[in-house]
Amino acid sequence: MKLGIVTETRAEERRVAASPAVVAKWVKGGWEVAVERGAGAGASYPDAQYEAAGAAIVDRATAWQSDIVLKLRPPELAADGACEADQMRDGGTLVSYIQPAEHPALVERLAAKQLTVLAMDQVPRISRAQKMDALSSMANIAGYRAVIEAANRFGSFFTGQFTAAGKVPPAKVLIIGGGVAGLAALGAAKGLGAIVRAFDVRPSVEDQVKSLGGEFLTVTIKESGEGQGGYAKEMSKEFLEAEYALFRAQAKEVDIVITTALIPGKPAPKLWFADMVELMKPGSVIVDLAAEKGGNCELTRPGEVIDHKGVTIVGYTDLASRMAHVASDLYGTNLLHFLDEMGGAKSYKVDHDNDAVRPALVLEHGVKRWPAPPMKKPEPAEAKPAAAPAAKLAAVPAPAPVPSPTPVAAAKPAGKSHGHGGPSAAPTRQSGIALSVIGLVLAAVWLYFRFGLPDDAASAQSVKLLQHITVFVMAVFVGFQVVWNVTPALHTPLMAVTNAISGIIVVGGLLGSRSDDGALSLSVAIAVVATLFATINIAGGFLVTRRMLAMFRK
Amino acid sequence: MTESIQTAVPTDVFRTSQLLSNAAYLVAGILFILALRGLSSQETARRGNAYGVVGMLIAIAATLSITAGATHPLVLAAIAVAVIVGSTMALKVGMTSMPEMVALLHSFVGLAAVLVGFSLQLRPEAPPLAERIEVFIDVWIGAITTTGSVIAFLKLRGSLSGKPLLLPARHFLNLLMVAASITLGVLYAKDGPTWALEAGTAIACVLGIHLVVAIGGADMPVVVSMLNSYSGWTASAAGFMLDNDLLIITGALVGSSGAILSYIMCKAMNRSIWNVIFGGFGAAPPKPSGAAKPAQPAGEVQEMDAPALAARLLASKSVIIVPGYGMAVARAQHAVRELTEVLRAAGVQVRFAIHPVAGRLPGHMNVLLAEANVPYDIVLEMDEINADFPTTDVAIVIGANDIVNPAAEDDPSSPIAGMPVLQVWKSHLVIVNKRSRAAGYAGIDNPLFYKPVTKMLFGDAKDAIEKVVTALKADRAKAAS
Repeated sequence: MKLGIVTETRAEERRVAASPAVVAKWVKGGWEVAVERGAGAGASYPDAQYEAAGAAIVDRATAWQSDIVLKLRPPELAADGACEADQMRDGGTLVSYIQPAEHPALVERLAAKQLTVLAMDQVPRISRAQKMDALSSMANIAGYRAVIEAANRFGSFFTGQFTAAGKVPPAKVLIIGGGVAGLAALGAAKGLGAIVRAFDVRPSVEDQVKSLGGEFLTVTIKESGEGQGGYAKEMSKEFLEAEYALFRAQAKEVDIVITTALIPGKPAPKLWFADMVELMKPGSVIVDLAAEKGGNCELTRPGEVIDHKGVTIVGYTDLASRMAHVASDLYGTNLLHFLDEMGGAKSYKVDHDNDAVRPALVLEHGVKRWPAPPMKKPEPAEAKPAAAPAAKLAAVPAPAPVPSPTPVAAAKPAGKSHGHGGPSAAPTRQSGIALSVIGLVLAAVWLYFRFGLPDDAASAQSVKLLQHITVFVMAVFVGFQVVWNVTPALHTPLMAVTNAISGIIVVGGLLGSRSDDGALSLSVAIAVVATLFATINIAGGFLVTRRMLAMFRK
Repeated sequence: MTESIQTAVPTDVFRTSQLLSNAAYLVAGILFILALRGLSSQETARRGNAYGVVGMLIAIAATLSITAGATHPLVLAAIAVAVIVGSTMALKVGMTSMPEMVALLHSFVGLAAVLVGFSLQLRPEAPPLAERIEVFIDVWIGAITTTGSVIAFLKLRGSLSGKPLLLPARHFLNLLMVAASITLGVLYAKDGPTWALEAGTAIACVLGIHLVVAIGGADMPVVVSMLNSYSGWTASAAGFMLDNDLLIITGALVGSSGAILSYIMCKAMNRSIWNVIFGGFGAAPPKPSGAAKPAQPAGEVQEMDAPALAARLLASKSVIIVPGYGMAVARAQHAVRELTEVLRAAGVQVRFAIHPVAGRLPGHMNVLLAEANVPYDIVLEMDEINADFPTTDVAIVIGANDIVNPAAEDDPSSPIAGMPVLQVWKSHLVIVNKRSRAAGYAGIDNPLFYKPVTKMLFGDAKDAIEKVVTALKADRAKAAS
């Protein structure tokens, strides 16, 4: 199989899909690699280095004719209808950024060529796929570069200094959005010695911000901004107002603002308004990492640097490209891992069952495969325990000594769910054993009533007993399913609450203390005492549970 | 929960009121399930408890509406007294003595079940055959639960020795008692003489005592959860007896919950549940302990004093605290919390590692730490944290012994061999706080104390930790000035 690396043609694009170091690994892994002449020039990778790594240097047409064409930017679709990808052979494979949602015409065009297309921008953001996550690689670079651009235009030190001529305070940097780019910016600004604050609507970011030495800013209204795929979702009006008030207060204080807020599939949210810019000190710098999607700052002009009343607003959309050397290497490494995930040179194939590859598959031999069927939600904590026991029932594994009629097909998702190995493996066998025991008991009861009792008594009694046993067995199962989900930290409260609930025996006491003539017979008296003890349990159990639960705090 | 729920009340009850109360029972059953479900996380747990309360109120109200005013007025007085007694117990009990309280409450459920059974037997209209079987089962399990729980309560309180009492031929005795019970049960089911029921109850009482006195103190978490389970099965049996589906459902919920807890505890100790129930652990293998032990740990223990430890702690990045029953006994949880706070303020990452059987009740340590205001998100389970010990600077073991014993992993002849333990010895430094050099509850010496990475901090947990906190504060103050 031959990989082709082609020159990026978009204006101001300096990156290339892979560095010579990555090419060397491909060659070693058994791929044939062709690199278009001059492809790496913008990223300071001369052809000689690719040649030394084992690639063939070819002309443009040859590179595009490779089995798998590797690119970075989506293929250009010119106004006159010409498309870069027209140079590809029919039925070839293209791995690149595609952004299929924004480029439907391009996808049509690629489909017409019967191409198989994999979009690097659609690689899912799950732990396993991190090494192929090009968006994160690029965001990391952009975040770092944003700080460098800001420092370049800022008229003072980042770090505080005591000089013979006097004291210089450290620069204050506000980062909006604690995603990959925001955290990279945080690290870079901190490394230069600035005081860094970071704002995010997702509370889970707090620890990450603090771990990098940043100060986490938040809004007191309780609302989590956690959305699908680790992105933030849009927030309510009250929340936004509180957020803007916070920003206005910060605007007067900080010297540098770096905004990184993006909502997938939508234009960037506007959150740094003209009045906030005007509140900032002259000489301050805003770097808008969302410029490509319209910008977080109202005054941002994508691709340009402007000056608004003394405040510089940087709206570059090519921050990663400004560090083309390292960006090409990291993107190439993402591609390397991606192709490895697909089987490498030896057993390369498009595997629909691979949850890291499937979402990236846009076209397969011209057939549209995007968007992929929905994936699980980003919060495994919630979904995992709920899903696991449900699957357990059906997932009686082969070695369990129970001939179970339950469908084994459902076992597959259970096997794939990660973590939770300890308790989830055991109850499977347990419930299997429980099932068989209960089955035997039921059979025995049925046989007893069928053949052991005189016929007339059998019908009424056995029906009643079987009904009760049905209820009992169902309740045992519900109990098993529910209790497996209880977190071990709450086992003591669980005991206390089940204790209170088992005080339900009070029902027996109450029924027994029925006395139609009002007399206190021995039977009634005993029932009253039973009620007494059961009620102690109810009151004591619930109250002590309440007391314990009130103590658990985050 | 079918529509044909019947109650033990004679047929003069109005059909509508019965239907209504059946619907109410359905609601109560669902609320109980939601209550247990709520406990799956700390955020929802309080709501879960509230569901339970509401469910119980509905159940009681529905039952009272069935008996429709014919209930003996003394019942109300009994309920009033019980609420006062129960509330007082619940509000006064200290978190360290929670296990005792739970055990005692279990015995009440058992007792109530026994009484309900007898009340039914003594009714003017004697129960029919099928019902007699159910009465016998209900009373029998109830009696075991009652006496077993009382013994567990006394053991946990320390009124009885924690050492297992092992009669000779105890398995035979148990078997004999079970056989006698079955015989009596058959006799009772046949003709329904009260004396057979009474004799069966007496045997069950003895059996309950005998089963629990034979179990060692280290196995108490399992016993308490087993009794929890029994109390549920008792309620369920009462439901069969009274034709009451709510009792069946609720009892089954509680029963399976206790069974699961016992299973988890046993797994955490690498023991089979039968071993615990009929066991007598620690003395079970007829090996003379002590003298002929194959792998007697060798070497000297090294001590470390509070100021040296404080300096070491301030210089570390990551600290894991492993609490055990000793922390509960010394009521050191507040001192530990303070230690945590000082260290966290100094930028040290502090986490807690909780072994599933630490303490005398499942989840006991979590409750104690919560009481002392330790945030629950730094309190981790064994599986979550065991892999982190190699990158931990200091592991502090407070009043725990068997759950950090490396012999469980490397010495196949150890009585706890194969039990999963917290691998504290993999961290760079292990501090073990102990009152003395005595062996743990399981009566096994701990090679951890002789490892080169281990330093001992002898003394009562509370005093020792408080000394460390004082030293830490002094160091911090020095550093600040």
